Amino acid sequence: MSFLGYRRQNGSVGARNYIGIISTVGCANDVTWRISQQVKGSIPFIHGQGCAQTQPDLDIVTRTLISLGWNPNLAGALLVSLGCESVSADKIAQGIAESGKPVEKIVIQKVGGVTSAVAQGSVLAQAMTIEASRIEREAFPESELVVGVKCGASDSTSGLLSNPATGAACDLVIDNGGTCIFGETTEFMGAEHILARRAATPQVANKIMDIVARMERRATAMGFDMRGGQPTGGNIAGGLTTIEEKSLGAIAKGGTKTIKGVYEYGERPQGKGLFIVDSPGRELEFLTVLAAAGVQVIIFSTGLGASPGFPFVPVIAVTGNPITYERLTDHLDVFVELTEEAATGIARAGKALYQEALAVASGKQTKAETMGYGNFPNIFTIGPVI
Amino acid sequence: MAICSVSWLHCKMTKRDESIPEEVIELKQKAVILNSRDNVATSLANLKAGDTLELEVGGETRAIKLTTDVPFGHKFSLSRIEPDSPVIKYGEVIGIATVIIEPGDYVHIHNVVSTRGRGDLSGGVK
Repeated sequence: MSFLGYRRQNGSVGARNYIGIISTVGCANDVTWRISQQVKGSIPFIHGQGCAQTQPDLDIVTRTLISLGWNPNLAGALLVSLGCESVSADKIAQGIAESGKPVEKIVIQKVGGVTSAVAQGSVLAQAMTIEASRIEREAFPESELVVGVKCGASDSTSGLLSNPATGAACDLVIDNGGTCIFGETTEFMGAEHILARRAATPQVANKIMDIVARMERRATAMGFDMRGGQPTGGNIAGGLTTIEEKSLGAIAKGGTKTIKGVYEYGERPQGKGLFIVDSPGRELEFLTVLAAAGVQVIIFSTGLGASPGFPFVPVIAVTGNPITYERLTDHLDVFVELTEEAATGIARAGKALYQEALAVASGKQTKAETMGYGNFPNIFTIGPVI
Repeated sequence: MAICSVSWLHCKMTKRDESIPEEVIELKQKAVILNSRDNVATSLANLKAGDTLELEVGGETRAIKLTTDVPFGHKFSLSRIEPDSPVIKYGEVIGIATVIIEPGDYVHIHNVVSTRGRGDLSGGVK
């Protein structure tokens, strides 16, 4: 078995072939957006960060933007900078260029404002997309597959069906030599001891416990019961009573294999196998961290029907809730059947999801992609805006 | 696209093609217990007060009569759970009972609290 992808200079394999138009700061978003609308084959990454933050957050934003530029679904990147932001556009450009991809930069304050920036940026992006369009898909082994997994708008069917099915697909990715990445640290609370038992080394086990403790301290620092925020009102309406219950269902999507490493937000996991990236589970920030980790395709498990996509990474939405599947047919790609023999049904759904991931990696469009749903992601930060 | 042909969920399936009967399919099983250590079950239908469920608990089949309605995907108790005692699902602690929970009682946020992320108890950081 193989899939058809785009070969990148650094040896990675893309499932899509976009030129990323990437804002270095929220103030550049409008220009980024307009260039992306002007130039076919380009795709925007806009966000609300990059300025008036403390150094730890500026470091997170910088490394995340660099890692997004490294994502194999991008053939190259055009950075859009305002010019006076706290992060360094030059440093980000340099970091992306180390991937071997073409990188260009436009600075709004230098080129004479929005109109000039959109015009000049569009010309740059146009040349880059034409160059990228010459790259043809070629066959790669399944071991080159890098899949991210995520759950959102969970209800009880998530823990019973769609998360275990996603986990079965994740296990198949690993069995075939590929890479699977999960996270959503908040949703490890109450289940972290189970994940720690699957760690490759005591250091990895300790890191799992540490990132959960760190996330819990951030939540409790506010002086409130987390319930209502996590689990969400929708989770509670769907039957989930506590974060512990949500977590025990959520970790099923990471499968059963050995966890080889735990990475900070925006870092790129090295090697093949199963990895954790530290991030809260909210869609806007979590889909970004998966893209930054280098995934080609995301499997998104949902109960109530959250299925936003991501600008340059196709998102396969899967549910085990038949009512949601009927109601949101234009959002959901795969339905997991609940059969009398639950284990058999989940194994079968896992295979179907894995096949779907290969098909999507080869170019099949997901529903979120065709709808252009998911243009407004964000980057996770830990400190205040100052 | 993977689509179910027949679901045993209690739901009305919209007719998608001729092979799928358009009807309400009755579940054989109305609830599921995920681990033998669990003291709660998850409903697989909108269950009503007074419904009696035959469930396998710890290797033996027991009849649990519901004291209240339990919506699809929500939980009910399999045994008496004392206040401050653990509520167990997936074989793991999912929270602590705040009142006496009798067998067949609906189990949710009105009688179970979390032990995690409780900034209200720790007082937070000023």
